[in-house]
Amino acid sequence: MYKIAVLGDYDSIYGFAAVGLDTFPVSDSEGATRQLHTLAENNYSVIYVTEELASRISEEIEKYSTSLYPAIIQIPGVSGNTGAGVENVKKTVEQAVGSDILFGGN
Amino acid sequence: MAATQVNPTRMELTRLKKKLKTAVRGHKLLKDKRDELMRQFLDLVRENMELRMKVEAGIKNANKNFVIAKAGMSEQTLHTALMAPKQEIYLECDKKNVMSVDIPVFEYRTKTADANDIYSYGFAFTSNDLDDAVKSLADILPDMLKLSETEKACQLMASEIEKTRRRVNALEHVVIPQTEQNIRYITMKLDENERSTQIRLMKVKDMMLEEVREKAQ
Repeated sequence: MYKIAVLGDYDSIYGFAAVGLDTFPVSDSEGATRQLHTLAENNYSVIYVTEELASRISEEIEKYSTSLYPAIIQIPGVSGNTGAGVENVKKTVEQAVGSDILFGGN
Repeated sequence: MAATQVNPTRMELTRLKKKLKTAVRGHKLLKDKRDELMRQFLDLVRENMELRMKVEAGIKNANKNFVIAKAGMSEQTLHTALMAPKQEIYLECDKKNVMSVDIPVFEYRTKTADANDIYSYGFAFTSNDLDDAVKSLADILPDMLKLSETEKACQLMASEIEKTRRRVNALEHVVIPQTEQNIRYITMKLDENERSTQIRLMKVKDMMLEEVREKAQ
């Protein structure tokens, strides 16, 4: 049985607890890294990370990019949308096609 | 000239011809795989982008609602209200094979069937803004899960496409031309050997004939 985790600063994620996701408030990137690895090993197959935090621990997130689980998905935090999530999608297109042919215009 | 040293023997020639055949066949198959993967990837990534836009807008909206809710009551009340959630979500993880790439399939189950269990608090001390906020988040949740599924699939497929593309290019631009060149080199060398043998035999024949002629005189 797998579960879903939400990782980020407390203000951005406390609401997710109500709908049944497991929230793990972290503030510093070191704690976040440790938490991320613990979660990945403990049956969390989807981990939502706030964009702001993800930008600080991108190297750690990169390590899971080729494995099937966990799926680490960036979500905007309370401080606003940094566009990192969209940027990521564009990057996958670039990786696959060679250049961004789909969303380059907007 | 061949880049690598090859033995100009018939055995080597047969081996190289077999290798070329395999390489051409592999190249065709990999190219087909790449094209099909690309087609599916482009569909998937478009869906991914749409979902992401939707989810980001939804979360932004939910965050706004939470800020409003927070403004309407004390922080302690808010924290207490959300401290012990009633609802829990479990995931069933499966995988689907698309062109030899395993992509995840998530199916979620809630702990309790009652949709109202997202409100884990009594309504006495909290404002109705909080109800709205929690509701807006619960509404976006199915899309969030769908997003995680497609986004992960896109990432996995992108790396597979990259790998396949490299293989196709390596076969097309390195392995196949090199093997062809080696085959040409060996064929030419063997032909040359054959010619020189023939000439030698002709020469020997001439010499022998001359010897016979001399003896006859």
